[in-house]
Amino acid sequence: MTPGNIAGMAMLNGLQIVALTDHNSSKNCPAFFKQAKKLGLIPIPGMELTTAEDIHVVCLFPSLDAALSFDDYVDTLRPFVENKPEIFGNQILIGEDDEPVGTPDKLLWNAASLTVEEAYAEVTKRGGVCFPAHIDRPGNGIIETLGTFPDDPPYTAYECKQAESADALGKTYQKLTTIKRVVSSDAHRLTDIQEAVFSLDIEDEPYSSDLVRHRLIALLRGE
Amino acid sequence: MKVSDLLKAVSLKAVVLDNPDAEIEGVYVGDLLSRAMSHLEKHNAWVTIMTNKNVVAVGSLSEVSCVILAEGTTLPPDAVEAARENRVNVLAADLPAYELCLALSDPLASKP
Repeated sequence: MTPGNIAGMAMLNGLQIVALTDHNSSKNCPAFFKQAKKLGLIPIPGMELTTAEDIHVVCLFPSLDAALSFDDYVDTLRPFVENKPEIFGNQILIGEDDEPVGTPDKLLWNAASLTVEEAYAEVTKRGGVCFPAHIDRPGNGIIETLGTFPDDPPYTAYECKQAESADALGKTYQKLTTIKRVVSSDAHRLTDIQEAVFSLDIEDEPYSSDLVRHRLIALLRGE
Repeated sequence: MKVSDLLKAVSLKAVVLDNPDAEIEGVYVGDLLSRAMSHLEKHNAWVTIMTNKNVVAVGSLSEVSCVILAEGTTLPPDAVEAARENRVNVLAADLPAYELCLALSDPLASKP
């Protein structure tokens, strides 16, 4: 996947707002912004962070600057382990013309020394929103790792892959019924990108993609 | 063996020791709290590197005799506070889990 073909696939599938959340990196977001804007999509810059507890957390930001500032911060908290492409795959940094421009040395797969509470504070401070990823999946899901859906940090949303599995979890973890549910494709391949089956109303006058981004994040923050 | 006796036998730091007479019967090692919750037994010493506050909740729920933080990990202040409130003993060791368990093995085997 490249930012260009993600944007292209998203457009073909009728999506209007698309978040790019590479594992532990926001470095491809500038290229994604350029490609998304060409096709009239609203890009959301983000990251799927692996916390110190090995929990995956989706982080979304209102601006590229905020996302890249968080990316810089997370870079300082990651142990220096070199990537082994034959095991973990290639880590490709893509430039604005959708061509590879580099490969980060540090392995992006491993966790930063940032706890769920610290991650929440750092993302919130930058105007973003973060929430536990794929809570209906055992690997790296918050419920398996912490044994419950915690009250603290005070998450305002969660992500799941199947609405039905989240319905079932909501019976055990009551908090899930009181916060926003994000059902997303968590696409790791172009063919995983869903069609536009969900929609929400966002007041966007006077129109700017920036306004939509801010309103979407405010909505997920429960504001 | 009592937690207080274990502290004399093995080099461990007492982070919270509000229940020094708690008896240790067996050891459990694990970090995924959902697993720990379903596998911990009452009076276990629980060796973990997980430092989320919920460690205290799970330890209390499972009535462990103590939590032993391995590999130099530390609990955040609110978790230490929660351990005090719930009278959950918390010990800490610099040793990684395997070496720590080896060090625990003899003293616990020769319990008085």
